[in-house]
Amino acid sequence: MAVATGSGAGAPACPPALLPAFSPSSRENFPVLDQRVHGKPLVYLDNAATTQKPQMVLDAMNQFYQADNSNIHRGVHELSERSTRHYEEARVKVQHFLNAGDWREIVFVRGVTEGVNLVAYTYGRRHIGAGDEIVISAMEHHSNIVPWQILCEEKNAILRIAPINQRGELLLGEFEKLLGPRTKLVSIVHVSNALGTINPVAEITRIAHHHGVPVFIDGAQAVAHMKVDVQALDCDFYSLSGHKMFGPTGIGVLYGKADLLNKMPPYQGGGDMISSVTFAKTTYNELPYKFEAGTPNIAGTIGLGAAIDYINGIGLDRIQVYEHELLGYGTAQLERIPGLRLIGTAREKASVLSFVLEGVHPHDVGTILDREGVAVRTGHHCAQPVLEWFGVPATTRASLAFYNTRQDIDALVAGIGKVKEIFG
Amino acid sequence: MLDDLYQEVILDHCKSPRNFHQMADATRRVEGYNPLCGDKLALFVKMDGETVRDISFVGAGCAISTASASLMTETVKGKSRQEAVQMMERFHDLLTTEKPPAANLGKLAVFSGVREFPARVKCATLAWHTLKSALTGESEVVSTE
Repeated sequence: MAVATGSGAGAPACPPALLPAFSPSSRENFPVLDQRVHGKPLVYLDNAATTQKPQMVLDAMNQFYQADNSNIHRGVHELSERSTRHYEEARVKVQHFLNAGDWREIVFVRGVTEGVNLVAYTYGRRHIGAGDEIVISAMEHHSNIVPWQILCEEKNAILRIAPINQRGELLLGEFEKLLGPRTKLVSIVHVSNALGTINPVAEITRIAHHHGVPVFIDGAQAVAHMKVDVQALDCDFYSLSGHKMFGPTGIGVLYGKADLLNKMPPYQGGGDMISSVTFAKTTYNELPYKFEAGTPNIAGTIGLGAAIDYINGIGLDRIQVYEHELLGYGTAQLERIPGLRLIGTAREKASVLSFVLEGVHPHDVGTILDREGVAVRTGHHCAQPVLEWFGVPATTRASLAFYNTRQDIDALVAGIGKVKEIFG
Repeated sequence: MLDDLYQEVILDHCKSPRNFHQMADATRRVEGYNPLCGDKLALFVKMDGETVRDISFVGAGCAISTASASLMTETVKGKSRQEAVQMMERFHDLLTTEKPPAANLGKLAVFSGVREFPARVKCATLAWHTLKSALTGESEVVSTE
């Protein structure tokens, strides 16, 4: 496959000779992709909803249940020691994946939704009071809106929304104007699931810190597409969902700076999060176990570790360059279609091609594409406010992963042709 | 299969929905909402005793939901409350059961293809749920969820 070098959009410079031809071959690592849907070869373009899982991840989870299954952190027997070792090895893999300074800063949660809720429930309840302010952006997923609304309602705090422009880019100047003495937290998405916008999170963090405000970053849509270095970003919290980076569902990560995590009260009470319990007083466990009450998703954690190994085996630098080129190709192909309007045209963008087609509701587009074997998401993508801002109730969204190809984009374009045929 | 879903009648009613306007002197106004796809419609009903004297709707939705609302207004206009509710039940059966379609569905039979698209059944039934609420005096806002 001919691949041109990417320009802009955060793609690292890479000489063409080193560019990958990995996509078609790595597709074979994903058993689910090898099937026909309604008689057509499956074209999976719903990666922002969830990514597919390579055989390596499936094998790792299977291996755990077949050979090692046991609870962690308690038994003295061999299986429990194995389980504990694999579980904690996954934590160190995540630490290196995000370049966190310490493994204790890696807390396993169900996903970004739980990561946001954990911070809202613990850090938020302790540090945010009446009249205090939380700043988010106009392009947030519901999971980075609703937990803050619940907190604000409980505490009589105020949620401030940083505006965006017509391309779907955050207005940094307007964002900074919202920061004041009452601002207690900034919570912002790294890559928008509805638009694909890559927010300048390092710059956002620098500005927020200048005002003495800590920053939470929702990395759900970022980690499968670009290298994330939490120390370089200097963010205070960063959260990811395993299933959006080729890992299983129900496992995710909250990274938090140790000094902040140490000062936060526990999230849930239960086993494993305590050092000692008496009816008079309970002493909480050390980081990160203070935030991991109950038997965790052990198999999921091991699957996430395998997904990180898989990604590292390919290299996020290569993935980013390849996907940038593919996104450019997809954008160009879609822009040629009369009556099609792309929603989200940020200059720094990843993975997402969200669009509306004149005279046809996205739900009808989705049904017709499905019959052509093309899986896309239609609807508001759990980001109703940003779609309202663009004046559309819903969009059709094709979202890419590194196993997608130009042929997949061509199938999408052909499917849109079919839509136009039916709706004339 | 797609042709069964997007029949000519449905595409026609999608592009040119009938009774598509607000109604100032409606006796009932109820909103229907499908959170899955963002479809929203407002239904206006003017009752004359037990008779649906007039009915109209406005809103934005997919082809199936718009055509269903349009054909529904044509079907129930002039019918009694009881007849409209019976029609709704027959329509619901058409979409959700394996029973052979009722003989007296009229134009509504064009929706028989929706049964093969489970994700789209709610699109077709949104207007009817909203009508039921309007006729039985239930809540002012109806959601398919």
